[in-house]
Amino acid sequence: MTHPLVEVHGLKKTYPGPVEALRGIDFSFARGEIFALLGPNGAGKTTTVRILATLSQPSAGRALIDGHHVVNEAPAVRRLIGYVGQASAVDERLTARENLMLQGRLQGLAGGVLKRRVEEMLSLIDLAAQADRPSGGWSGGMRRRLDLAMGLIHGPRLLFLDEPSAGLDPESRAAIWSEIADLAHGSGMGILLTTHYLEEADRLADRVAIIDRGTIVAIGTPEELKSRIAGDVLIVEFADPADLAEGVRRLKTNEAVRDLRSSGRTLHLTVENGAQAIPVVMTALQGVAVVSISIQRPTLDDVYLAATGRTMREAEAGIGAENSDSAIRKGEAA
Amino acid sequence: MNDGMRDDAVSRALAPIGGDDADDVAPVHGSAAGATRKEREAIAADPQALLALGALIGRLFLHDRRAPTFVIINVIQPLIWLLLFGSLFSGVTRLAGFPTDNYFAFLAPGLMVMTSLFGSAFSGMSLLMDEQRGLLDRFFTSPVPHWTILASYVLHTALIVMVQASVILLAAMIAGARPSGGFIGLLATYGAVFLIGGAVGALSNALALVLKRHDAVIGVMNFMILPLVFLSTMMIARPAMPIWMLHISLINPVDWAVTVARAGFFGHWQGDLWRDMIGLAVFFVLMTMLAGRAFRRQRLSG
Ligand SMILES: Nc1ncnc2c1ncn2[C@@H]1O[C@H](COP(=O)(O)OP(=O)(O)O)[C@@H](O)[C@H]1O
Ligand SMILES: [Mg+2]
Repeated sequence: MTHPLVEVHGLKKTYPGPVEALRGIDFSFARGEIFALLGPNGAGKTTTVRILATLSQPSAGRALIDGHHVVNEAPAVRRLIGYVGQASAVDERLTARENLMLQGRLQGLAGGVLKRRVEEMLSLIDLAAQADRPSGGWSGGMRRRLDLAMGLIHGPRLLFLDEPSAGLDPESRAAIWSEIADLAHGSGMGILLTTHYLEEADRLADRVAIIDRGTIVAIGTPEELKSRIAGDVLIVEFADPADLAEGVRRLKTNEAVRDLRSSGRTLHLTVENGAQAIPVVMTALQGVAVVSISIQRPTLDDVYLAATGRTMREAEAGIGAENSDSAIRKGEAA
Repeated sequence: MNDGMRDDAVSRALAPIGGDDADDVAPVHGSAAGATRKEREAIAADPQALLALGALIGRLFLHDRRAPTFVIINVIQPLIWLLLFGSLFSGVTRLAGFPTDNYFAFLAPGLMVMTSLFGSAFSGMSLLMDEQRGLLDRFFTSPVPHWTILASYVLHTALIVMVQASVILLAAMIAGARPSGGFIGLLATYGAVFLIGGAVGALSNALALVLKRHDAVIGVMNFMILPLVFLSTMMIARPAMPIWMLHISLINPVDWAVTVARAGFFGHWQGDLWRDMIGLAVFFVLMTMLAGRAFRRQRLSG
């Protein structure tokens, strides 16, 4: 088969209001790939996933899953996909095993195959010991893993994971990440993942589309995207906020510094060449208490910043939604 | 878990299962409503749909088993009415038009219908909860024909009220009532319980889909059910009714159900009973169509 697993052309979605949630996006990816949609809250990630999962109709444009049109051939599309929505959707009155049995039956499994798949899923997500307890009292991480197993029970060709680790504690997040990474390698299954965690996209995705206000502003492998940002980031750690403020004052007008953002007691400087900029910055900061200076390659947040003119956290704050852990605020202490 | 085991679990988990039959899906859209003919065709075309429907109904019965309070409470009220009214007003059967001199027997089929009404009025709550919890989205993205999803709520309701009505029947029989209509008669009684429960359950689901709020559904259903009960022959025989009430009772679906249930119970197949039977069946079809429309609208609103 030569066609991509997912093919999206000029997809638009306007909600009544009108809210232009998607303003014409294009992307495609192949089987076996993890593709991430990275963007702040309200960017249009869930809207995209819901259209591809046949839950919502596009206002314009076209989307194909393994060659099947998501609107005209919705039933065929549903045979190919596993869907894990943004909010956990397990039946709380049912045990993990019952949830999985039900989902398997809805996917057309029965008899011995169904039983075998349920056991496999339970061991995959490490929930075999809790399999017969109602899922009502479970932690967020456990539910999320059950969600994942329910999306996988029929061995889909394409798995949707809408913000799989949002709202989880770091430990559960790490567990989910390792599960997703495990799923991807060596299998022919494609995964469409959405996230507002830079690190998640960076670590898990083969390719990333950065989405902002219904538009894809950059697309490529994480490495490609980061290498598009010419230059390095210098991270300067100060002894205390007063020193940082003084540092900001001195460096704001420095020609070697293209951009500067502060966060806590550290200052992030975008420079042409890190190695050459260090002496210049050291000189400028004489007399200011600096704890350390380090060079960092650009992160996806720098890519987002370059494409949109703001950081992800600013974008999230602007929309009044939950905060991202990963972004840095620009000019906070200035 | 060691790495070898995990890899094993992962590769097994990801192995394709079954055939590559993505393309032979019956293109079934919409709802239980559309038309019953279309439904039957859908079922004939896709035995898978029946299995899915069974799984979805089974899920709702599991809910009843895990949290049986509502199911039990719903039987208690009609039971109290039966015992209270049955002994308090036993003399009322001396009025004209009562088919029996045992008021328990007169009440029993009516109260079976009432149990059905109360048991189905809040059927939409399950659907609403599942919608809010995201379970509907999960069902919608699976390859089951979508009418089975709505049908599971309506059929579960119609079935559970038959169980509840049986408790009333049993109590009435212990109190001395005898279903003199025999097996065929009881079939009609249960048919009425099923149809009115299914119809009101469908209405409740339609309201839930449109109003999207638990309190609103409860309010509307409470507002409707009690007047319909009192404007029927559930408590009182038609000849004993004031004339205005009699007129209303004739166009009251609850009364059609009571009339059919009672006729079956006593085996009194009066000549114009077919009108109530047809009315009841039509009411059931209309209400499922209404729910189907609301359901389709919900599907397309995303
Ligand atoms: N059902 C809806 N009705 C109206 N507006 C919506 C609806 N769903 C999402 N939106 C709006 O569309 C935009 C994109 O939302 P969404 O796709 O949920 O973003 P994300 O998943 O990236 O956070 C937001 O402005 C959101 O408020
Ligand atoms: Mg979202």
